[in-house]
Amino acid sequence: MIGRLTGLLLVPAFVVLLQAAAELPAVGDGDSPAFTHVAPYYLEHAHEETGAANFVTAVLADYRGYDTFGELTVIFTAGIACLLILGTRDEPPAPRDEDAA
Amino acid sequence: MRSKFGSPVLDASARLLAPFMWLFAAYVLVHGHDSPGGGFQAGVILAASIIMLRLVRGEASPPGLTSRGALTFACAGPLLYGGIGIVSVLSGGNFLDYGELPLPMDPVQIRVLGTLGIETGVMIGVTGVLVLIFDVLAPWDDGTV
Repeated sequence: MIGRLTGLLLVPAFVVLLQAAAELPAVGDGDSPAFTHVAPYYLEHAHEETGAANFVTAVLADYRGYDTFGELTVIFTAGIACLLILGTRDEPPAPRDEDAA
Repeated sequence: MRSKFGSPVLDASARLLAPFMWLFAAYVLVHGHDSPGGGFQAGVILAASIIMLRLVRGEASPPGLTSRGALTFACAGPLLYGGIGIVSVLSGGNFLDYGELPLPMDPVQIRVLGTLGIETGVMIGVTGVLVLIFDVLAPWDDGTV
């Protein structure tokens, strides 16, 4: 029952998605929002401002350096989480006999 | 599990491969400013070489990284990155505004160096985390990391 209901709901959702996709700007359209905000500024000023021949690097490491810092923090957190979940003690705990002595 | 299982052939191959992997990691790091590449990719290549040495030669291989060293690397990377950001704040700029770093050079040159600095931090951090994850997944035979 639930599965049939899900299938019935998927059809209108698919139609809506198709209609939305038809409204998307064409690939490489220079007038689309992605190319009219900060992208022209980066293309015109990245080389003299950052000295990078590669604009991707200029954006990733310089204009959006804070983002990259966040990415590194995510990786760091993942490593520490793995250590905390899977890691064990460096040394086995001291035997109890010593406490009693 | 982390005892070496290498045969002389594997051992010789790993010895031959490792220096070129380090060289390639350095190339990817330094050249990342002008071509695809950068700290993340260089860190992965470096970690791959270290894990290869661990698998073939065991933990005791001299150019390798101990688990504690890997943890230090993992912490030093974000510290270096954030440190560069803090230094640029203390020199009167915004956070991660490399142009304000106190170096006696042209601002554009300083930005190039600052970018290289943060990419080095990324490389160190990624290398440390990957080796650390390998170490906790493949602990010593007695269960210690």
